[in-house]
Amino acid sequence: MGSATSRKFLLLGPLLLFLGLAYVVPFLGVVRWSFTLPETGFGQYIAVFTDPLVQSVFVRTLRICLIVTAASLITAYAIAYVWVRGSSVQRALAEFCILVPFWISVLTRAFGWLAMLSNRGLINTWLQSAGIISEPLALARNEFGVIVGMTHFLIPFAVFPIASAMRSIDERVLLAARGMGSSRSRTFWTVFLPLTYGGLIGAALIVFVFALGFFVTPAILGGGRSVMVAELVYLRIFQSPDWGLGAAISVVLVLFIAILLALLRRFIKPAHMVG
Amino acid sequence: MPQSMQPGDAKAAEIKAISIGKTFGAFHALKDLSLDIKRGEFLTLLGPSGSGKTTFLMILAGFLAPTSGKLVMDGKDITNIPAEDRSYGMVFQGYALFPHLTVEQNIAFPLKVRRQSAADIKRRVGEMVERVGLVGHEKKLPAKLSGGQQQRVALARALAFEPSVLLLDEPFSALDKNLREMMQEEAKRLHQETGTTFVFVTHDQSEALALSSRVAIFNHGELLQAGKPQEVYERPANRFVAEFLGEINLLPLDTVQLDGERAAGRFEDQTITVNKSSALAGRAALAAIRPEHMVISVEHRKDNCNAITCRVEGATYFGASTKYHLRTRTGTSLAVSMPTATTSPIEPNTNVWVSWPEHQGFLLPNGS
Ligand SMILES: Nc1ncnc2c1ncn2[C@@H]1O[C@H](COP(=O)(O)OP(=O)(O)OP(=O)(O)O)[C@@H](O)[C@H]1O
Ligand SMILES: [Mg+2]
Repeated sequence: MGSATSRKFLLLGPLLLFLGLAYVVPFLGVVRWSFTLPETGFGQYIAVFTDPLVQSVFVRTLRICLIVTAASLITAYAIAYVWVRGSSVQRALAEFCILVPFWISVLTRAFGWLAMLSNRGLINTWLQSAGIISEPLALARNEFGVIVGMTHFLIPFAVFPIASAMRSIDERVLLAARGMGSSRSRTFWTVFLPLTYGGLIGAALIVFVFALGFFVTPAILGGGRSVMVAELVYLRIFQSPDWGLGAAISVVLVLFIAILLALLRRFIKPAHMVG
Repeated sequence: MPQSMQPGDAKAAEIKAISIGKTFGAFHALKDLSLDIKRGEFLTLLGPSGSGKTTFLMILAGFLAPTSGKLVMDGKDITNIPAEDRSYGMVFQGYALFPHLTVEQNIAFPLKVRRQSAADIKRRVGEMVERVGLVGHEKKLPAKLSGGQQQRVALARALAFEPSVLLLDEPFSALDKNLREMMQEEAKRLHQETGTTFVFVTHDQSEALALSSRVAIFNHGELLQAGKPQEVYERPANRFVAEFLGEINLLPLDTVQLDGERAAGRFEDQTITVNKSSALAGRAALAAIRPEHMVISVEHRKDNCNAITCRVEGATYFGASTKYHLRTRTGTSLAVSMPTATTSPIEPNTNVWVSWPEHQGFLLPNGS
């Protein structure tokens, strides 16, 4: 058994090697910068936790990520429900909605939303020509635009763990509830929903962690006005150049995500996260 | 017992299924099935896998709509009433407990649906937990219980709201033999205590005979016979029912003659006399006799009027009884079951007499 197990580890070899070279080694370099640039010490970390600009970006990032997570979960839940329990036509339609986003690049989608939401975009033009509004609504180049774009991108990732939790519900349990006189809505709230909590937690984790590192969508739809953490790192490294602070922010972000994952692993089985 | 009811109580319902048909696409799962379920009875639906038992139960519960026919409960047409408004108790195959709720919460579920007061729910749940012997397990999740305990929770949950009908779909099929027998006794006791109408599905014939006040035998979506256990076992309507309920010996007879209360026909060179069945007079038929109704003797016994000579081919020991495998002169094989305690073992290849009283035999149509 020992040799069979070690042979399986061998299969993981290429992946581990890739992860090591592409992520771990560069990350160690980033950690070094954070303590050495521009001078050796904890200075950059003190800045991360005291600089009002960095603070406000962290707070905005958390706020946006929480809203995006909530919005993605609710929408994904509805889509997953139709995908798992709908008629065959509804299922095909839901599947289409889930898969299409994977074929279009994140950049294309961000610009697509810009075309919809900007001041001269489709929505504002329609509303103005219909006479409903006189001044264009501020839909893009702000937090709202960022949230819309990110939610749209992340919904499919939330659908999979939720749908997998829904699929594993024993149909007879739902029949049993109905047979005891429980109405459809009561059965949903007291039986169906609680049985999908595992999938919801997994989906929330995936979406939230993914959202924390978002770069392209906030950069385009935020128009520089709602900078998120990843964009801040980019600005520090490529524009200011203030590599030490950029590196320290990255390290804090990675640690935050690691702690989050570790905490959640204690409460749910990994199988539930991906389904 | 608190709140126990007598059979025939107003709580128990009677249901008439009238010409129920159910098709799935082109497949006929139920064919023109009519069955009266009497108030307070313990009716068992028995049949091989795929014979339509679950389909019929689902139609009774309201989870499936029949393609044709109707259901009448206590004189009221309920064919189009949805399951949640029929509110029969139901025990599903595989229990179908709510995995995220404790034993207590599972049993309380139907009571909460009925918006009973917290105090009433607490009292009733306590009562049911005690009745099915689960005291001390109230706070456990179903996954932490053994199969038999889960089964009890399912029973308690289904009976907690005092349904007028309890439907059970092969509730004990996953349990080992001892536990199954214990649960059968418990089901019987609960039936007597509650007086509720029980409709019980099984494909285990001994379970059906042991538990029910009536047995309905299904095959290929048709109801073949419904009657008391003794009736269907001792006077089966056809060969399928006879063979499904247990082993049976079939002797082909040439032309059957009626003779007062008896019928007679020739098998090999003997006259075999059995109970009368006028429908088969003048035709070839099968004489049917259960293995336990026959006896083996070395001498020709005059007290049983039917006797044929056979050769012993082997024996199977079952503890309380021993089953002998025999063959008649012309090659028809027979099985005879004898109580081990009162018979001395018979060696293979001995020539013996097999005899049985005439009232233990009956006629079945030749063919299937
Ligand atoms: N939803 C369905 N769609 C198509 N065919 C079905 C459906 N439900 C049942 N059937 C068919 O109807 C027949 C009767 O099924 P049913 O489940 O009633 O059998 P059963 O007597 O309960 O058998 P078992 O003892 O195996 O549970 C089977 O041939 C089954 O394949
Ligand atoms: Mg079945």
